[in-house]
Amino acid sequence: MFKFLKRSKPKRLSGTKNRDKGILVFESTSEVIRAENVLKSNGWRIRVMGPPPEIRTGCDLVIEFPLIEELNVLRVLEESGVAPLRAVPVHSALLEPVNLFQTKDFGEYLMIRAANMKLTVHKETMKIVNVSGGGCPDVPFLAQEMVGKLFSDAPSPRTIGHTLCGYALQLSYEEMRRQCSR
Amino acid sequence: MLAVVGTIPVEDFPLVSGEVRLENDTLSLEGRSLPVNRGTPALLAATIAAGRVLGNPPPFAYLVGDIGRGKGSRRLYEYLTKHLSKEVFRVVTFHYLLPDVDWHNRVLFAVEEMKSKPVLIADAGFMYAAKMSGQAGAYDLFTPDAGEMAFLADEEAPHPFYTRGFILHEENRVPELITRSYEHDNAARCLLVKGKRDYIANREGILATVDEPLVEALEPVGGTGDTVTGIVSALVASGMGVEEAALLAARVNRLAGLYANPTPATQVIGLIRHIPRAMAELLKGS
Repeated sequence: MFKFLKRSKPKRLSGTKNRDKGILVFESTSEVIRAENVLKSNGWRIRVMGPPPEIRTGCDLVIEFPLIEELNVLRVLEESGVAPLRAVPVHSALLEPVNLFQTKDFGEYLMIRAANMKLTVHKETMKIVNVSGGGCPDVPFLAQEMVGKLFSDAPSPRTIGHTLCGYALQLSYEEMRRQCSR
Repeated sequence: MLAVVGTIPVEDFPLVSGEVRLENDTLSLEGRSLPVNRGTPALLAATIAAGRVLGNPPPFAYLVGDIGRGKGSRRLYEYLTKHLSKEVFRVVTFHYLLPDVDWHNRVLFAVEEMKSKPVLIADAGFMYAAKMSGQAGAYDLFTPDAGEMAFLADEEAPHPFYTRGFILHEENRVPELITRSYEHDNAARCLLVKGKRDYIANREGILATVDEPLVEALEPVGGTGDTVTGIVSALVASGMGVEEAALLAARVNRLAGLYANPTPATQVIGLIRHIPRAMAELLKGS
């Protein structure tokens, strides 16, 4: 039997705790309680806790949630009328979502990338021809639902995506819409 | 034998395991047909196409439906913790699963219980979880693209979406990102970084680069990273060393891409069809 895991176990337990968790910050405690009920009734494993010092901008309770599922969590809360003020990673609450875009012009086609997600359209018809990048399981699903459709007819990643990869694709989608409407 | 672990973008697709075959651009597993788009089906199709030239047996796959909600991924994680320790695989390639650190760690402990340690390859969501868990060093190969390389290099980022701006990649900074990822123990023993120029690297530095043929139109084509991971998995399963396999896989994928004569609207199956020809030519020339 090999021992590579046992050697590094202490580091994992101390250094990576909650690295895949996020925090939802709300305006008031009553919103925290409503959001907690909404999320628990939808099957998420969450917990209410005190906020870290760097994000004490809302009330003095926050909700810890699975960060990867941010897009889905935010959509459910918005639909329930309890959208949070902010959603941030637990491990480093001052991290911001990526806001840099890379645009590549292929002549007939335009590709826009946000973080790890790329969206490509045929410029004349505005048909979505490819979705690439990403690693969460909604990415192949988003590609399946969007590729081959006109930009105006395709569902947005915000409406059918679930993860941070879906969120990044939403940013590419919004930037594409912004650039192509000029 | 090679085992591939991943998801299918169909919510009610059941958890299945078994040998996968490829006929007429369609995968079949346990009596079910799967179209080859991007994601794990593209990886599997590429590994089968490459494996045919290498004389590999069909890969074994653990698949489940998941459209991003995570229920399927968690069922598969749980299944692996119960069954993986009894299996014997030369290579295990982990792919599109919802990143979940706790489940990732349980799966890795199940791997530890296997009679012989397989070569461990990770890409996509499972690679994200491996990095977040602090266990990247347990893996033999990660296959990030340049954007994911920036995520591996950012010791604070919990996902590529939160990669900090001062790290966020430009292609010419990849060597710097590789160094940083090793400094923070966030890289596998070997890296194959996919991009305009492909890099094969380890903790000692850059081992090789591949930048020809350069087919710009491949960048928007979804699944071309999945095919590289599939090809390198087939090569390692055939007995080739990880570093050598990574270099050859990068070359095969580029040559197959050239033969596909793609536009930005090409779908990945167009590349996969040319993998056997590219593989055969490069093996003959080496």
